[in-house]
Amino acid sequence: MIGIYLIGSFSIAISLFFSKNKNLTVGLLGLFLVLQWILTIYGINNIRSNDFGYFTYDSLAILLLIVISIIAVPAMFHSHIYLNDQPAPPATRSIYYGAIVMLITAISAGYLANHIAVIWIFTEITTLSASALIYHHRNKLALEGTWKYVFICAISITFVFIGILFLSLSLEHAGSDDLTFANLVANSDKLNPFWLKLAFLFIFTGFTAKLGLVPMFTAGVDAKDKAPAPVGALLSSVLMNLGFVGVFRFYVVIANTPLHHWANLVIGIAAVLSIFVSTVYMIKLKNIKRMFAYSSIEHMGIVMLGIAAGGIGYYAAILHIILHAFVKSSMFFQFTQLYRVYQDKSIYHVGNYFKYNTAGAMVLLLGFISATAMPPSGLFVSEFLIFRSLFEAHQIFVLIVVLLLLTMIIWAFGKNIFKILFIPPVDFDDSRVPKISPWESLSQFALLALAVYLGLNPPAEFVNLIKESIMLLPN
Amino acid sequence: MIHVILIVFIITLFYLSIANRMLTYVKVLALQGVLLFFVAFLQLSEINTLNLIFILLETIVFKAIAVPLFLGYLLKRNNITREAEPFLPNFVSLIITTAIVVATILLSNSILDSHLDKMFFVVALSTLFTGLYFIASRRKIITHVMGYMVIENGVFVLSMAVGNEMPMMVNLGVMLDIFASVLILGIFLNKIGDVFKDVDVDQLTNLKDY
Repeated sequence: MIGIYLIGSFSIAISLFFSKNKNLTVGLLGLFLVLQWILTIYGINNIRSNDFGYFTYDSLAILLLIVISIIAVPAMFHSHIYLNDQPAPPATRSIYYGAIVMLITAISAGYLANHIAVIWIFTEITTLSASALIYHHRNKLALEGTWKYVFICAISITFVFIGILFLSLSLEHAGSDDLTFANLVANSDKLNPFWLKLAFLFIFTGFTAKLGLVPMFTAGVDAKDKAPAPVGALLSSVLMNLGFVGVFRFYVVIANTPLHHWANLVIGIAAVLSIFVSTVYMIKLKNIKRMFAYSSIEHMGIVMLGIAAGGIGYYAAILHIILHAFVKSSMFFQFTQLYRVYQDKSIYHVGNYFKYNTAGAMVLLLGFISATAMPPSGLFVSEFLIFRSLFEAHQIFVLIVVLLLLTMIIWAFGKNIFKILFIPPVDFDDSRVPKISPWESLSQFALLALAVYLGLNPPAEFVNLIKESIMLLPN
Repeated sequence: MIHVILIVFIITLFYLSIANRMLTYVKVLALQGVLLFFVAFLQLSEINTLNLIFILLETIVFKAIAVPLFLGYLLKRNNITREAEPFLPNFVSLIITTAIVVATILLSNSILDSHLDKMFFVVALSTLFTGLYFIASRRKIITHVMGYMVIENGVFVLSMAVGNEMPMMVNLGVMLDIFASVLILGIFLNKIGDVFKDVDVDQLTNLKDY
């Protein structure tokens, strides 16, 4: 099935690249979404089975595959609105649609890969397609963002490759040359610890470019700022999840070796530093998109903190990345409408949003409540569980520091969001504000509601899938 | 014989660290490609012939001819001849490169591992760190790209150390090479030369947080 999916979607991407007819483009995008859902449903029905040698429909992959298939639908819808609203030359449109299909395909295949080199290849393809999308506006700033993204991602992908080389040296001691994760876990007691340490450092550093953690987070922020907002939604939700999958699958291997505590220490340091960095920037930021991007970095820091703490933290971390993907993508989708009203993304020139687009303002308000993990939101549950796991791991000092930083983030985030929603901007001429249909906010409400539902009242199958995906980790 | 070639490879790094003219960088990169061709030819004796031919073709055609030609074309088109104001004087660069090489030799001597060919390990790691140092210490974007090419050559050497047992690793390295270089150079070919006339990193500072 995955073979059909890859061939099908790559040919759809290529036809989109050459298609100049609007109706044909819409048809092809619809066809791609159908294909994406067929793969997802096939995966759900054939869970735990292998496909095509290098792909496995395991529980973590299925969960994230469902997430990307859900988010792909509004992403296409909002891209369509976006490109109709800001008319681009036909060639640019074709590149945009072809690249977005490639991006979603590569991310989905990366989730399913059971071999570390295959994840690596698909991560490379995401860099390629994302850079085409970031460069959509063809101006100097977009070029600067693209250049930084490409260069940092190229270096981090090289780091991951060096890590894989060290991993293969480590595996030689076990007398095996099969780099699938199942084989690595099976041989985990025979791996050479010295090479494994080096491998973990390099692979972790490399994947932080996609995951959005210290040290390689910078390029991702510029990318989300310069990319069109529907693409930003994909970059800050499902692409970050791909980085998480890369780190998590290797973490499962290292967690079964004596190096478990050392790996937790490395991850914990990176996580706390990420939360610290995002706090510092959130307080000073004036650009709405960058604010969303730094909020994603903060959430990934919390997720990795849950992984480092262990216990219930594993469960909470997986729940958190799923819910965060829904919340953050809905806020980015909403940004396209905000931009249409104000034609600006600086906090100074935006305000009183309730007056111009009530439904959209509700999305921002609910999204703010969700993203800062206030009680009705699903993220509250997962964040609470992560704090509990930190408490149980006797990391009280870390817990206090993180809680203080999060309080500052909530204050900074809230200050900016309430300015956007209620305080009228200075010198704003509202005679040419377009009328925005409330139906365009429907998908965002649905995503936010899904995040609340999955957090507060998770269905039994959902809980089982999460539990199964952390089954191989020791407690 | 392999060791002699690898030592020549290290010497090219010293030469790069004191080079001033951009064309010298391009020529040294081409020379490194040729050296890697011979290393691959001598080292990868146990893998099947078709795969070997593919790897050899990549080193000679891509690393030694195509990329240097393309970089030379870019230099000509943008009228770049010299490395303007490096952050550190050449003498310091040379000292730092030497320190990197000595440090990797000391590091590899502290590793007790019979599976590892130390020569490859030393050359690969010192190339890697020297490339990172080039990126950190030069101003022009195109020098950063060349630093990245040096890093990739280092990674290629490292992948050959395990190449006989796992030929897949070398192939992946080749893929990384082609993929990343096409991506990075593609941007150059596309626009960066036209938009940023004097391609200096100091100009890439417009994206900021506040």
